[in-house]
Amino acid sequence: MEQFAPVNRSKDGQPVRYLIVDDSVFARKNLARMVESFGGQVAGEAGDGLTAISEFDRTHPDIVLMDITMPQMEGIEAAEKIVQAHPEARVVMVSSVGYQENIVAALQRGARHFVQKPVKPEVLYEVIKYVLGEDGAVANAAGSGI
Amino acid sequence: MKMELIQPFINSADAVLSQGLQGTTQVASLSMEEDGYRRKGVAGMVALSGDVEGRIILDLDPQTALRVASHYAGAELPESDELIRETIFELANQVVGNAVSALNDQGFHFRVHPPLLLTSNEGDRSSEDVEALMICFETSLGNVFMNVALRYNKRRMADHAAAGQ
Repeated sequence: MEQFAPVNRSKDGQPVRYLIVDDSVFARKNLARMVESFGGQVAGEAGDGLTAISEFDRTHPDIVLMDITMPQMEGIEAAEKIVQAHPEARVVMVSSVGYQENIVAALQRGARHFVQKPVKPEVLYEVIKYVLGEDGAVANAAGSGI
Repeated sequence: MKMELIQPFINSADAVLSQGLQGTTQVASLSMEEDGYRRKGVAGMVALSGDVEGRIILDLDPQTALRVASHYAGAELPESDELIRETIFELANQVVGNAVSALNDQGFHFRVHPPLLLTSNEGDRSSEDVEALMICFETSLGNVFMNVALRYNKRRMADHAAAGQ
């Protein structure tokens, strides 16, 4: 997989921590490989929206990558509940169902961005940088990240 | 079955497979499944409900499924690996999700259900209002079969028409 300049947390130079939520093991592994190629760290994984909420409380990730169509609780509802409890949470929806209604609903209920599957690493990388804003820093050649 | 419903699934499968397998993909054959569905190997089924109802099956013979899953995993997987099934599920999900997104933008409203493993060797025959199409995609790792069976939900469509949507 293509390697990217690491994106770290600007406050302490540590790797960005991700919670990956998808009912597909395949999709979780794929996203994990991508965020690791961005220099990130997988803080937790969940296979449904309900588990995502408890994993968020346990791991306090910098970014949540959230699928939409999942059993028990769908991603948009889980995103809303996480953002209600943690307004600072950065949730990026990652779904193959990318029609306008879904995207608008996700953004209205607290998601920061939407990425359509199949995910292109270069697209996700740019979205991560955008969503982190000043809280993220692309590491220089020396890898300081600050 | 109207091509306006089928074409988005063909386009989506072509795009998902081309991108994922990093090679060219082409439609090798397209035929009506008049004698009922016969499973080829590892098959994931995604059901749709809403303005159009039905299901899409992505089906790969076991060796092709193994090659495709190993490609995505970036390592040779054992033949019995659970990740093979998961890979086919996710591919089916992506194909359907992208097609549904295109159809939704044309005014069709759907609900996509999570993928299921198809275990029976044979499926339903086509009927008067449900036609099944089998599309075979040639990829660098082998043939990928997509079976599409859809029908208009006349009641839902009538409701939309009455509401002026």
